[in-house]
Amino acid sequence: MPSPIKIFRVANKKWPMYGLAVTGIEKMNTDGVDKGKRRFLLAASSVAGGIAVAGTATPFVLSMLPSQRALAAGAPVEVDISKIEPGSYVTVAWRGKPVWVTYRTQAMLEQLPKNDPLLRDPNSNESTQPDYCKNEYRSIKPQYLVHVNICTHLGCAPLLKKQVGDPSLGASWPGGFFCPCHGSRYDMSVRVFKDVPAPLNMVIPPYVYKTDSRIIIGQDNIHS
Amino acid sequence: MKRLMNWIDARFPLTSTWKSQVTEYYAPKNFNFWYFFGSLALLVLVIQIVSGIFLTMNYKPDSALAFNSVEYIMRDVKWGWLIRYIHSTGASMFFVVVYLHMFRGIIYGSYKKPRELIWIFGMLIFLVLMAEAFMGYLLPWGQMSYWGAQVIISLFGAIPVVGGAISTWIRGDFVVSDATLNRFFAFHVIALPLILLGLVVAHLVALHEVGSNNPDGIEIKEHLDPETGIPLDGIPFHPYYTIKDLVGVVAFLFIFSAIVFFAPTFGGHFLEANNFLPANPMKTPPTIEPVWYFTPYYAILRAVPNKLVGVILMGLSVVIYFFVPWLDRSPVKSVRYRGVIYKTALTLFVISFLALGFLGTCPPTPTYVMITRFFGTLYFGFFLLMPWYTRIDKTKPVPERVTNR
Repeated sequence: MPSPIKIFRVANKKWPMYGLAVTGIEKMNTDGVDKGKRRFLLAASSVAGGIAVAGTATPFVLSMLPSQRALAAGAPVEVDISKIEPGSYVTVAWRGKPVWVTYRTQAMLEQLPKNDPLLRDPNSNESTQPDYCKNEYRSIKPQYLVHVNICTHLGCAPLLKKQVGDPSLGASWPGGFFCPCHGSRYDMSVRVFKDVPAPLNMVIPPYVYKTDSRIIIGQDNIHS
Repeated sequence: MKRLMNWIDARFPLTSTWKSQVTEYYAPKNFNFWYFFGSLALLVLVIQIVSGIFLTMNYKPDSALAFNSVEYIMRDVKWGWLIRYIHSTGASMFFVVVYLHMFRGIIYGSYKKPRELIWIFGMLIFLVLMAEAFMGYLLPWGQMSYWGAQVIISLFGAIPVVGGAISTWIRGDFVVSDATLNRFFAFHVIALPLILLGLVVAHLVALHEVGSNNPDGIEIKEHLDPETGIPLDGIPFHPYYTIKDLVGVVAFLFIFSAIVFFAPTFGGHFLEANNFLPANPMKTPPTIEPVWYFTPYYAILRAVPNKLVGVILMGLSVVIYFFVPWLDRSPVKSVRYRGVIYKTALTLFVISFLALGFLGTCPPTPTYVMITRFFGTLYFGFFLLMPWYTRIDKTKPVPERVTNR
């Protein structure tokens, strides 16, 4: 069967013009509509048009991702921890997120193993933390807890409720973090309790001790 | 004048459209109080568009400037405080009017065949309105703006596997930031209002195609005047209902102005106290609660001790309205001719909706969470048990013609 598409030359000596012709059109005029061909052309042009729309939409959709500037704004930050009183904390911004350095007292540390049966993930198997913090205290040095203070439920910043048996949280409250938005509770190692909306322990960022009194948040070792 | 009209009508269907959609559009003659809220919703839409245009003339969608530009509007721009309070009051009043409008649809069965599409377009309007209100609330860049957006965008993070990436894509950053503010401004001011207008047109076109329902739930087109072909229980929309709606407009504007001038924050419910503090990404406010119109769904969200299930139930609590036309199996439309079971279910639903709305503003203590679960169960029960209780309910005979003629 000959090809239905033919190239023809328009008879004009000065400006020769070429064109494409789909043969069979003259047949259509005599035999009525070729519905098969019409359906094929409709489907083909719809698919081609759809691909073109999807392709054109791609840059618009991708333009909503974080820009190069947002990606670059992740530099490590250095914190002086020598001025933190036992039982209190300092907040620093790292990648726009609140990172807390909390100085835990001996009593707080002794309470931690007792919380284990009440916790959803006491050994931090599901949560995000550097390997060197996947331990009982979720820290490099037991006293200093460094964590991203963003509730794993819906991203609020939980409050430190260090008082054991805090009246607003009940007599059995062992001390820890409380999210005021939806009532999620964490212990003093920011491990999440059972039966609260938050699914995971809070995140421990990578950090390193530059000296005994200074830490760098956002990198794993002093040389990088 | 007549020659001008002839000239236009030969080129544009002005007179014929006016007639078919207004002066010769026949609405049931027994409309009552509940029928004010459709036209009032349209009025509030106009108020929001006009006041919004004037706010954009001085507002700056930049995280470093936004909070101060709103204060600039409030203090330095001439009459800026009035325009801003009109816009913020309009947002809350939009939901008051739309909730009452939806309640009307529920009690008189206006979602039932042949009006399912009117209901669906209406629900789409409601969804877009929620998105519009949520994005608009970020723009003042106060503490509640910031943390409200942080919470709502994080809802998408509950979606398995791709959730985190979707949240980042919506924010345009790893936290709510300048990029988020700037794009929410674009959505709030351009994209969503355009979609909203399109949906309102679809809602009205569908309504005028099948005709309005009425408090008796009777099809007035079933009894036509044999000579004129006009529904016997119908009256022209203009002048009868335009005049009636005007009464509603006057009463509404009376209340609206009273709020704007005497209680623009409405005791912290229309404008929350925490939002008069600039956004601080390091510190969540001690109590966080959405604006009143979102609290019923928010209460459901935090009553569930599982993130994904909580988000799904919250989504369902809004989306479930879409299915009401098919959940309701009653042979009658209006509550007037329904039995005691439906009336009880409806009463419990209204109580649970209001109770959830109140609970959403309370701190999430264990007691409140237990009460929320109780009312949440009632709320979902109204919808999920509807196919059964509407079928066994004993209905009264529906009259041939509308009452209150």
